[in-house]
Parts: sequence; structure tokens; C-alpha cells
Amino acid sequence: MSSYYFSIIGTRDNPLYEVEFSSFKSSSSSSSTPPGISQFTDSVKEILPFVSNSSLDLIEDAQWSTSQFNLGRIDSFYGLLVYAFITQGNIKFILCFESSTTNNGNVTQKYDENSIKQFFIEINDLYVKCLLNPFYAVNDAITSPDFDLKVKLLAKKYL
Amino acid sequence: MSDDIILPSATSMSTLTISDVSRTGFGYNPSVGTASNSITSETSNILLNRKTISLTPTSANSIYDKNVSSKKITEISLSSLSFLFCEIVNWSHKNSKGIQDLETRLNGLGYQIGQRFLELTKLREGFKNSKREIRIIEVLQFIHGSFWKSIFGRAANDLEKSQDVSNEYMIIDNAPLVSRFISIPKDYGNLNCSAFMAGIIEGALDSASFQADVTAHSVPVDGYPSRTVFLIKFHESLMVRESLRFG
Repeated sequence: MSSYYFSIIGTRDNPLYEVEFSSFKSSSSSSSTPPGISQFTDSVKEILPFVSNSSLDLIEDAQWSTSQFNLGRIDSFYGLLVYAFITQGNIKFILCFESSTTNNGNVTQKYDENSIKQFFIEINDLYVKCLLNPFYAVNDAITSPDFDLKVKLLAKKYL
Repeated sequence: MSDDIILPSATSMSTLTISDVSRTGFGYNPSVGTASNSITSETSNILLNRKTISLTPTSANSIYDKNVSSKKITEISLSSLSFLFCEIVNWSHKNSKGIQDLETRLNGLGYQIGQRFLELTKLREGFKNSKREIRIIEVLQFIHGSFWKSIFGRAANDLEKSQDVSNEYMIIDNAPLVSRFISIPKDYGNLNCSAFMAGIIEGALDSASFQADVTAHSVPVDGYPSRTVFLIKFHESLMVRESLRFG
């Protein structure tokens, strides 16, 4: 069961939204914790925002060299993988997660790049809907509980 | 709790403070960070069983459940748009100190629309047959073409590059939609209410990080009395970036 940290970064490198969760598709249902609860240790939790923000330079470089929305895997930091997506309006979606699980020692999970891409595409859809709200301005934090729920449902669906 | 030490670096904390706690367990609080919306066993249960819950008064009919990316063109009545725009101009005029100020106000109102429509138009194009615009000429073609089409129902009439100044471009519309029924009194000089549309272009370009100043100028020709030239003046830094990347 791997954990994820997802954040939306605005045009001024300000966080708009963050969430921590873990994969809902856990095969080992023996664990006592309900699925979805992030399993990051406290020391990893602390550095997650730093890891994703430090990848912003790489994103900015990739931003002007490729015309893709989905930038794919752009960075890794001691086993933390960083995937990124950028919208036309310069909003960055960053997904951070651990590259392998050490629960059973030898299990290395395979990550489906396609499902991450699909996750990003649907998040973009949600973000645009949020932006259509006339009371929401670009670069405001997204505090809507509905948005939060939808993001978590997407997380459950794809990751 | 050890989570308390993690604070996001957001400067705009909007209205939520560190003591605000979501009753439903959903909703991100920028003052608290990820601890505010972390999944608990309660919310995990809701997510797993797809229980319908009412988080906000509008949850049942939320924008998030609607499909905004459909290609179907939704049209609105031109006359109601014109009446609305007439009131917008009237209201801005009352608050403004002069013609220049009035144009700035109209520009600012259009700006937010541009920011939103940029993302929306890209979303509607779909990810398979669309790409992010990273070059000046391509983003201009996008604005002139599909962006204009999604707002005004047709592409703009012309896209030109200034011959004298390298960072100036012009988008030309023979009959701007919003100023179709507007005639400017003589003593208002060179006021052009299409400053609103200039604002839309500026908002879209700025948020795509092609920083530019856009102004509207009336250049009537025979048959098109309200023909408007939108002069787009890109910032110098942009030309440097362009020449470094693609020079």
C-alpha cells in the first residue's frame, strides 16, 4: 500500500491545494487501518512539500521545451518519485509517492503511468470547473469540500 | 500532534484560519495544510461506499458533477448580452474618472474572463488533439482561432505582425460582438468599449505566461464602421525567452 502526496501549485509558486492519501487498491487487507489513510512517516511528511516544490525549477524548464500537458516523471528524491502536469494557465499538478513498498521486503510495485496521466487529466477537469466559479480567483486556495471529495474519489479510482 | 508543525507557505490564507476545522472531514484548509483534509477512517468509509453526502448547500447540484467539456455550442441571446454589456459600461462609466480610467475598468473585467476561458477552451479541445501553447505565434493563432470561436462563435478576422516593432502583434475583428450596438459620442474621443475584449485577450495571454499589454483601437474601414484592432504588445523579457528557446 503506497502513499501519495498530491499538490496543486499556482502561478506564483503558491500551493492551492494539497492532499495526502494512500492507494485504495490494497491487496493486503489484513492491515488494521482502513484504506486511503496515508502511511507516510512523520519524517517523510515533513519533506514532501519541499520535494514537490524543489521540482518546480525542473517543471519550469520542461514547460518551455515540450508542448505536452503531462510532463511525466520529472524528478526523484531518495525513492520519492515526482510526477507533474501543467495546464495552459500555468497551474502545476504535482504527485509525489514512494517508488517501492518495503512491507514485504521484496515487493516492488509497478506504477501505471497511464493511470497517473488519467488522474491528472481528470483533476484538470475539476480544476477548470473550480475556476469557472466567479467567486474564485486564480491563485486562491481551493477550500471547497466538494472539490476535496471529488479529488479523493479520483484518487480511489485511479491510484 | 506532530502534524501541527507543517505549515504551508501560502501567503493568501483566504478566510480560513488555523482554528477552523471542517465538520465533514472534507475541504482543504491552507492554514493547516494536509492535516486539514487527511483521510480518516470515517471519510475513508464514505469514499469506499460512495455514500452521497451533502457537504455544502449546493452539493446536490454542484458544478463538479456537470460536464463542462462538451463540444455542443451553447448560445445566448445577443440582445440580452448587449443589454448586460450596456449596463456594465454604464456602471463602469459612473465610477470612472475619465475615458482612460473607463477603458482600464472594462479591461479589468474582461481579464478574469480571459483567464477562465483559456483553461476552458483548452479543456474542450481535449487532450488527444491539443497541445500546450509555448510559442508566441502559436498562442496568438490559438487566441485568434479556437479561443475567439469559443467565446464569440467565429474566428477573428485577421492576425498581423507589426512591421516596425518586433514585439507587437495585432488581432483584428471587423465587427466586435460586444460593441455592435454601441456608438461613441463625439466628445468621448477615442473611447472603444472593446477594451473589454482587449482585457479578455490580456487575461488569457498573461495566465499562459505570455505577459502582454493589450489595447483596443477603432480603425473603421468602408463597410465595417466598428472594425477594431487589438494591439498586443509583449513584454521584452518574453522576446528574450523566445529567442533563447527557439532562436
